[in-house]
Amino acid sequence: MSLPRPAALAVLLALAAPAFAADPDEMLKDPALEARAHALGKELRCLVCQSESIEDSNADLAKDLRVIVREHIAAGESESQIKKYVVDRYGDYVLLRPPVKASTLVLWLGPFALLLTALGAAWLVFRRRGGQPAAPPLTAEEQRRLDVLLKDQAK
Amino acid sequence: MIAELGHFALILALAVALVQATLPMVGAARNQRQWMAVAGPASAAQFLFIAVAFAALTHAYVTSDFSVLNVAQNSHTDKPMLYKVAGVWGNHEGSLLLWITILALFGLAVSVLGRNLPPGLKARALGVQAMISVGFLLFILLTSNPFARLDPAPFNGSGLNPLLQDPGLAFHPPLLYLGYVGFSMAYSFAIAALIEGRVDPAWARWVRPWTLAAWIFLSAGIVLGSWWAYYELGWGGWWYWDPVENASFMPWLAGTALLHSAAVVEKRDALKSWTILLAIVAFGFSLLGTFLVRSGVLTSVHAFATDPARGAFILLLLVVSIGGSFSLYAARAPWLKMGGMFAPVSREGALLFNNVLMATGAGTVLLGTLYPLFADALSLGKVSVGPPFFNSVFLPLMVPMVVAMGIGPMLAWKRGDLAGALLRLKLSMLLALAAAAATWMLQGGSAGPWWAAGGMGLAVWLALGTLAEWAERVRLFRAPLAGLPHRIAVLPRSAWGMTLTHFGLAVFIAGMTASSAWKSESVQTQKIGETVTVAGYAFTLTDAHEVAGPNYSALEGTFTVAKDGRPFAVMRPEKRAYRQPPRPTTEAAIHGTVLGDVYAVIGDADGKGGYVTRLYFNPLVPWMWAGAAMMVLGGLVSLSDRRHRIGAPQRARAKA
Amino acid sequence: MRRSLYLLPVALFLVLAGFLLGGLFLNPRDIPSVLIDRPVPEMNLPALAGRPADSGLASADLKGRVSLVNIFGSWCISCADEHPTLMRIKAQGVVPIHGIDWRDDPAKALAWLQRNGDPYDRVGVDPAPGRTSIDFGVTGAPESFIVDKAGVIRYKHVGPITPKVWEATLLPIIVELNK
Repeated sequence: MSLPRPAALAVLLALAAPAFAADPDEMLKDPALEARAHALGKELRCLVCQSESIEDSNADLAKDLRVIVREHIAAGESESQIKKYVVDRYGDYVLLRPPVKASTLVLWLGPFALLLTALGAAWLVFRRRGGQPAAPPLTAEEQRRLDVLLKDQAK
Repeated sequence: MIAELGHFALILALAVALVQATLPMVGAARNQRQWMAVAGPASAAQFLFIAVAFAALTHAYVTSDFSVLNVAQNSHTDKPMLYKVAGVWGNHEGSLLLWITILALFGLAVSVLGRNLPPGLKARALGVQAMISVGFLLFILLTSNPFARLDPAPFNGSGLNPLLQDPGLAFHPPLLYLGYVGFSMAYSFAIAALIEGRVDPAWARWVRPWTLAAWIFLSAGIVLGSWWAYYELGWGGWWYWDPVENASFMPWLAGTALLHSAAVVEKRDALKSWTILLAIVAFGFSLLGTFLVRSGVLTSVHAFATDPARGAFILLLLVVSIGGSFSLYAARAPWLKMGGMFAPVSREGALLFNNVLMATGAGTVLLGTLYPLFADALSLGKVSVGPPFFNSVFLPLMVPMVVAMGIGPMLAWKRGDLAGALLRLKLSMLLALAAAAATWMLQGGSAGPWWAAGGMGLAVWLALGTLAEWAERVRLFRAPLAGLPHRIAVLPRSAWGMTLTHFGLAVFIAGMTASSAWKSESVQTQKIGETVTVAGYAFTLTDAHEVAGPNYSALEGTFTVAKDGRPFAVMRPEKRAYRQPPRPTTEAAIHGTVLGDVYAVIGDADGKGGYVTRLYFNPLVPWMWAGAAMMVLGGLVSLSDRRHRIGAPQRARAKA
Repeated sequence: MRRSLYLLPVALFLVLAGFLLGGLFLNPRDIPSVLIDRPVPEMNLPALAGRPADSGLASADLKGRVSLVNIFGSWCISCADEHPTLMRIKAQGVVPIHGIDWRDDPAKALAWLQRNGDPYDRVGVDPAPGRTSIDFGVTGAPESFIVDKAGVIRYKHVGPITPKVWEATLLPIIVELNK
């Protein structure tokens, strides 16, 4: 990132411009197809922007990609065919939902590993306490007597 | 002159902070009272000097002193006064100054409000606070001096990014920083406790209100930012899982977990080393956020001047403070006395479960946010991790948490009765299932997204579960009705706080689900007089003309909106063109109803008498804001609890 | 076992800090092209009006000789910065430069070339939505591709070609491919 300052500033300003969805003239007439195109566009990253999807960006390239995605949708292609079209040109980087493959296994499995680790750690908290079996819960009668006792104590 | 004074005051503050970071620590180690007592006046002096510096920069902004580089780069004489002041923190250097001002303010608060703290703990906590100050003062003075001069001074400044010229965004950063920096309190107390080797309920009583205050500020700051995005960015989005948003969300998750585990320490003297760890992690996330926003290691839509040299400095701070703390933790935590015992099914168990999921959630957000960096560093290629990932991994993790939130408060401390709790919740359960089924029917089955029914069901479950717990506390149906007002009146405020916050989350979940699932939108070119109907609202564009603002000109459209043939509202969205710097912004017109927001945006003229208009109906969005407001309010109510009142613990203990 | 559990946070943190340190030396906006070592995309772009009618750009034109394909536009500020270097490369005569005029008004493009000099052998016009440029995986102008004799893309440069980039990076690759 060694842009000279004014250039960096200009880039930032251009990138932070208010984001817009598709213009009316780009949109497909059929609402069902348009909804599919919109959902797909939400998963594709605008390359000149920072972390926006092409549906959220007003950059020219994002607009072009929106138009092309809609052409492919209108031509009856499936989502995965269109994703392949874009990935063939821009690589996995363009996918906001990273594909599951060897290089993203840690990303996709990580949260579950974390959950298991955390649950395991919590389990240790109990086991560490000498494996004492949890006493059975109080019966209703015991609970009532306890409440009475506690109430007296609180007075 | 005044700018130099500010600069000088910062240097003095650094000197004072150095003293405060050393003498009281040494004093506490040798048990020398006088040395420990230095911490109090030092924190006052430190605050004073930093406040002088802050006032000096504010003065430069208010008087538009363009001989100060920072002012020239970020301000303009035409700017309304509010944004001249907000401009102080609308840039890297000034926001750092705000950061340390708040840090010094918290230090002052400890020394003033903490008269009853054990002297050793107080001296050490203030010493740790001062160490953080030293780090950040060095950072400011060495890499980011806000008082640098510009010679010759320009005739006028380059102005503030118009997106930032908004009341919502003017107060978003200070609130966020109050939250981030607020977690430094729990952190300092955690380090002090590790040094002392003792964590007890009195410690937790001290830490809880500070953590709660930080949590309130951070929550309010995040919501304000979301709300701003919702009305300013012009298409009704409010959360993007952008790295910078995640940077504020991670400390929030860790802070929420900390809040709950500190309760266990206070009430039951258990989960001590875990709570200490969370206190370090929560503040660590705050520092990490600072690093991510200012170093440029990740790409984000949020503009902040990034600079690798500054990044390296913050990284160094992060390694020294958090790395050092974790090392201290590894050395000392094993020797912390084991606390109270509890069964897995118990209030503590439920809070621990909440903590597990919160921690996993924070870890997931961290992993997703940094994965592009990990992959790049390991040459696995460039990947993007965007909203689809977070939505499909993070949200499911929160489902069991919300389910547990309904049950946990029903369980007794130490050991609970799960079957009994579920039995008492059976009505909530049935109604939640009914709500899910009703949602499914109403949206026409698979015509709407499949998760909508689940989201609404969860919201109903949590709302009713929370109300059921409240009803039990006041013995709504199980004791004579005559005593009810009294029982409600004596309910502790911390209990009210929990009820409000959990109920608020339920309302928020309903709003979030509905607005994501059933938003209606229509984008078209509209001529004057044409009507477009969205979700039953007929928008007629009746007028569009240029209006002039103080530092912008705008195209203002007028929509007359009718519902069922009756007039509903007149809405006036604007598309503004700011002059300095020249940038467009959209000002959506929003008319809220109980069931949702009617939302209109006007875009460019097409040159043939038409205007691009974007019209939306965003269902239950006001519920999101109302839910979030309830959560913040719940925090405030809880904070006002007598038992939380700062300084109370010692007195309360003395009485007992 | 228990003691080592307490070391976990600091261990994880150090790994994280290592990555963050590494991150300071990486550029997140530097996206490698997936087209390297792939044949140039199928294209048959018409010539820029005002230049010879047969000077459009097709895939077949890129076979038989090492060439430099440059995506540009008269609207693009960095392209103007790069232009003098392209003129010098043309004068050197080591490699033909072909242009893809991306998302541009042809009349403005012609005027721009007449004003600043025309370094291109062939110029294909690629109006919005810029299908051919997208086939090249364009992210912005200017971008340049080195294509070998077999019509395979061998290198991509993003941003303006400076004299330094030309001397240190592009020219050696071209010399190597010409062997």
